[in-house]
Amino acid sequence: MTLTVTEEEVEMKVSELVEKFGLKVFSGESGLENEISGGYVSDLLSDVMGNAQEGEVWITLQTHQNVMAIASLKELAAVILVKGFEPEEDTLERSNEEGIPVLGTDKATFEMAGNLYITLT
Amino acid sequence: MKLEFDIASGDFSKAGRASSRIKKMLKQLQVDPKVIKRIVVAIYEAEVNVVAHSVGGKMLAEIDGTGITVIVQDNGPGIEDIEKAMQEGYSTASKAVRNMGFGAGMGLPNINRNTDEFTIESELGVGTVLTFRNNF
Repeated sequence: MTLTVTEEEVEMKVSELVEKFGLKVFSGESGLENEISGGYVSDLLSDVMGNAQEGEVWITLQTHQNVMAIASLKELAAVILVKGFEPEEDTLERSNEEGIPVLGTDKATFEMAGNLYITLT
Repeated sequence: MKLEFDIASGDFSKAGRASSRIKKMLKQLQVDPKVIKRIVVAIYEAEVNVVAHSVGGKMLAEIDGTGITVIVQDNGPGIEDIEKAMQEGYSTASKAVRNMGFGAGMGLPNINRNTDEFTIESELGVGTVLTFRNNF
């Protein structure tokens, strides 16, 4: 794994995050080379709609396909589902169409977000 | 250029269709990404509102040389108290809708924040009309 540090910011690809934390890749493999600009944690869709930024990784427990509608509109880098949650079928399809990976972890939100935060800062 | 979309009540799987189409079109027209980012937030929230709260409606988007105007019209039931509905955190959404992560009371405030012009009119028993515009 390569980490490049420029101007105090860590640059990281989704694939590197997958490798580092052993995340499951459910779908959207074509987006594994997406660059990560940061992270956002919320289960309220309008909160993500209003506040997440392009290139961020979104950590959530919502599994339905509106998650992908939002991830696509906001041009997020990837979605991480926590606590072993699995995406619904139409979520997978949408993720593949959009090239935005849906990833999974058994960790709870607090731990996953903490890990991501430490990695990116 | 005009685009029209029907929005069915309760069909969350279709929410995002209009915003996604309009986003693609604005990209093709090489509109400033900052403008696109704001308007798609407003359009998505408006779609979700029609799906979650109304008996159904439609959206009309008109793109001209200077901006995009969107009119969202539903067929009822109308909003009882618009002032309350505009408050961040106020929502009348059902429990099922909230469990999906909607109904946080942020939809209309998000629309207001992400548009250059925004009006909302509603009549109980008739319906609600939102009109908003962003300039390029």
